[in-house]
Amino acid sequence: MVVNTPTSPRKFEEVDSITIRFAGDSGDGMQVVGTQLTNVSAIMGNDIATFPDFPAEIRAPAGTLAGVSGFQVHFASTDIHTPGDSLNCLVVMNPAALKTNLKDLQPGGILIVNSDSFGITDLAKAKYATNPLEDGSLKGYRIVKVAIDKLNREAVKDSNLALRDGDRCKNFFALGLVFWMFERSQETTIKWLHSKFGKKPDILQANIKALKAGYNYGETVELMPIQYRVAKAKIAPGTYRKITGNEALAMGLVAACELANKNMVCASYPITPATDVLHQLADMKNFGVKTIQAEDEIAAVGMAIGASYGGAIGVTGTSGPGVCLKSEGINLAVMTELPLVIIDVQRGGPSTGLPTKTEQSDLLQAFFGRNGESPVAIIAPKTPVDCFNIAFEAIRIATEFMVPVFILSDGYIANGAEPWLIPDVNKLPKIKINHPTGPNSEASDGVHENGAGEPGKFLPYKRNDNLVRPWAIPGTVGLEHRIGGIEKQDVTGNINYEPANHELMVRTRAKKVANIAKTIPDLTIEGDQEGELLVIGWGGTYGTIATGVQKARLNGWKIGQVHFQYLNPFPKNTADVFKKFKYFLVPELNSGQLLLLLRGMFLIDAKGLNKIQGKPFLVSEIVDGIQLFFK
Amino acid sequence: MTVTALPTLKPADFASDQEIRWCPGCGDYAILAQAKKVLSTLPFPKEKMVFISGIGCSSRFPYYLNTYGFHTIHGRAPTFATGLKLAQPDLMVWVVTGDGDGLSIGGNHLIHALRRNIDIKILLFNNEIYGLTKGQYSPTSRLGTKTKTSPGGSIEAPIRSLSLALAAEATFVARTMDLDPGHTASTLQRVAAHKGSAFVEIYQNCKIFNDGVFNYVTDKALRSDNALYLVHGKPMIFGKENNKGIRLNGLDPEVVTIGKDCALDDILVHDETAANPMMAYLLSRFSYPDFPEVFGVLRYVSEPTYDELMAKQMAESLAKRGKGDLQKLFRNDDLWTVE
Ligand SMILES: Cc1ncc(C[n+]2csc(CCOP(=O)(O)OP(=O)(O)O)c2C)c(N)n1
Ligand code: SF4
Ligand SMILES: [Mg+2]
Repeated sequence: MVVNTPTSPRKFEEVDSITIRFAGDSGDGMQVVGTQLTNVSAIMGNDIATFPDFPAEIRAPAGTLAGVSGFQVHFASTDIHTPGDSLNCLVVMNPAALKTNLKDLQPGGILIVNSDSFGITDLAKAKYATNPLEDGSLKGYRIVKVAIDKLNREAVKDSNLALRDGDRCKNFFALGLVFWMFERSQETTIKWLHSKFGKKPDILQANIKALKAGYNYGETVELMPIQYRVAKAKIAPGTYRKITGNEALAMGLVAACELANKNMVCASYPITPATDVLHQLADMKNFGVKTIQAEDEIAAVGMAIGASYGGAIGVTGTSGPGVCLKSEGINLAVMTELPLVIIDVQRGGPSTGLPTKTEQSDLLQAFFGRNGESPVAIIAPKTPVDCFNIAFEAIRIATEFMVPVFILSDGYIANGAEPWLIPDVNKLPKIKINHPTGPNSEASDGVHENGAGEPGKFLPYKRNDNLVRPWAIPGTVGLEHRIGGIEKQDVTGNINYEPANHELMVRTRAKKVANIAKTIPDLTIEGDQEGELLVIGWGGTYGTIATGVQKARLNGWKIGQVHFQYLNPFPKNTADVFKKFKYFLVPELNSGQLLLLLRGMFLIDAKGLNKIQGKPFLVSEIVDGIQLFFK
Repeated sequence: MTVTALPTLKPADFASDQEIRWCPGCGDYAILAQAKKVLSTLPFPKEKMVFISGIGCSSRFPYYLNTYGFHTIHGRAPTFATGLKLAQPDLMVWVVTGDGDGLSIGGNHLIHALRRNIDIKILLFNNEIYGLTKGQYSPTSRLGTKTKTSPGGSIEAPIRSLSLALAAEATFVARTMDLDPGHTASTLQRVAAHKGSAFVEIYQNCKIFNDGVFNYVTDKALRSDNALYLVHGKPMIFGKENNKGIRLNGLDPEVVTIGKDCALDDILVHDETAANPMMAYLLSRFSYPDFPEVFGVLRYVSEPTYDELMAKQMAESLAKRGKGDLQKLFRNDDLWTVE
């Protein structure tokens, strides 16, 4: 194919940021090209944030609304925290993708359409009565109709591929168009294609041809009168990679185990959107990580606790429905005071709910979803990258305090990606773990039944200054002891049903968890350090809330923001921070769970900003919520 | 290398300092006594033995042994045992469970622990009743068993735990009873030596809520006619006169009298190591009064254990990739550098 180089000089418009979404059938490869655009933009020096959106069904019938899969990329010359509220550009491969995604495209936004897939049956599958490309309903957008099927076929026709296989390259044709329009380099993607299809030269060549053809087509026909340019962002120097929340969790856990000099046992039962963590860890045996796919979530938590009892780091990962099943097991770890890490990648509930959609609705479940008084530590990552630090902290807290630790991630940060400044391994904190090797009984332990207080005895429930009991592991000579879920006598750990002892133990377990606050960072206020309104968030909503608060502050309003990564216990200075503000707004992707806790525990008259649609907040929704306080 | 000789221990060394709280006359006492005896003879360090139990009278067992012990939650003991084995493969891990604990609430975990052939030893104390919750029918209670929750008699077919264990591909399957201490001891000896998932059903009398359900085999006067003791390589003979045996008629086993119905040569010979589990399965279904119930080892085969396969994969991964390197792990994707 001969390509005519255009004679007219190119016109570029400089913009701060661009948000693009690829949308098509779940078999169209939208996730792949979205990821490519992300990688290329990152390598070109932009800040990036992404958000994939998959259907719940693996392969819903082709062309239907239920089968639409999307991938959103936000790249910018500024520091960004979200995948973007609305789209500058939407690429749709079929009518169903158009129908489900159009509402997110900005007025006047660029709409790239595969016009070859708007036949009568395609339209019917997407439940269009008339062809939107012809009925004038897309008037408010800049439509770019491209016969992607036909042009792609033409491009790959010499590739020795069956027609169907050739057609599968059309996502790269679309990517080529986008690369041209937003001045992205093709080099990185071609390199990636080589690494992916190096052993399948026909497929490799066809995809490269499709990519280049898309790019050249944009240039040749001057698809748009203008191209866009996004300058490099000012980013801290160093080596970066892109990382999703689930990847960061897995790496954080492995890193913490390495630095604690401990082996990990991760037992899980597959469940969206948490399974990826198990996938990742299953392939890390050379780090001493053992994984097991348990028969159910009850077994998974049991195995993790059994491993902790044996001196390994027991980890179990799941989502809300799995947490329901694990609750009895978690309580056993509370009672036997063993370390345990529970990852809950939250999704829309109750019941099966919205498996592939995000929500923050398991906070109260983590706090209170077990019988009896059952305090556990609860921490929540605020961004995909923060999952690394939180995983690290989970293992630190679980082992330092002999307690189960909940990590409350969510579907949004689990699958969302952002650039990660790769840490220097030598600068990661070490985690110190001690196992007793001999008896710990002293005369000062007082006289208990069964000879506690006599030297030479091992007292499994004798506590340190933080009220933490020793972690004696089977195999240690002379420390043979029994533990279990029945109430324990303080110090000896013997079965004990006495009323006063039970109250002492309930209070002691609570105090021990409260003591964790001594070891966690204070809450920091971003924005105004005191003033009118404090916006309070937790978990995966950080990026959107921060962006919203920054925007609202441009109005001159006095707004501070705090974001809880540590939820149980809360940081020590929480009450003091609250004293510095008059009003409180708590945005959450639930109907007000943190709100209930804060109102109950700190007696503040906070108001909720709540969204329960299986979707993350938009920045504009945060700004709108804030505005109400200043009118 | 220096080899430290194991200290010689007595059964009393395995007694914990806890007061035993089973009812007087409970069959659990007899099993505990045999366990202490057998443990004291094993060439294995005491600190590496761990007893893990669920919930029930039987599951109090670990408290009374001076080994490491973990009294967990109802039905889930095999899961804790599995996790412990993953963490420390060279421990000797025992699970003690009941008929309700292991076959009702925990049936699923039992199946999966057995099929994984993880190296744990599961002792199921079958008293055909829920003891701890004061006498409800259990999944092993016979049809017609009257309890507080089945006042008109149970209308549920009981589970045969040995059949279940065989179907779940357990590599060691045996049965013994509380009131035959010698046999309990020899069975525990055998299970201790097995590598892989082992399942032992122990008939255990609940003095309070189901007294005498196993009389037909525990009463010495009745035992020989109703119990068939399996011995590897020996014909399946039983009866007061030692003249009854088991013969196969097509696919159906039958009880025959030697010298009257047939010759000794026609009697089946027990092969606990048979690769085909069919005969073990037939034996597992023998029920009083039509057949003598079987005691001893039904199946004893050697298959790679979960522990061994896991160790192999761990070693392979290490050999192929070298010891995990965080710096490399963090960089296992496209990288870019900002100056
Ligand atoms: C989740 C849960 N459900 C119910 C119980 C109550 N419970 C305790 S033991 C038991 C039955 C025990 O029967 P079995 O396993 O046969 O043991 P046995 O007491 O007969 O030795 C039940 C139902 C419990 N502890 N936990
Ligand atoms: S109730 Fe039955 S099984 Fe339980 S201790 Fe008493 S006699 Fe034993
Ligand atoms: Mg029972």
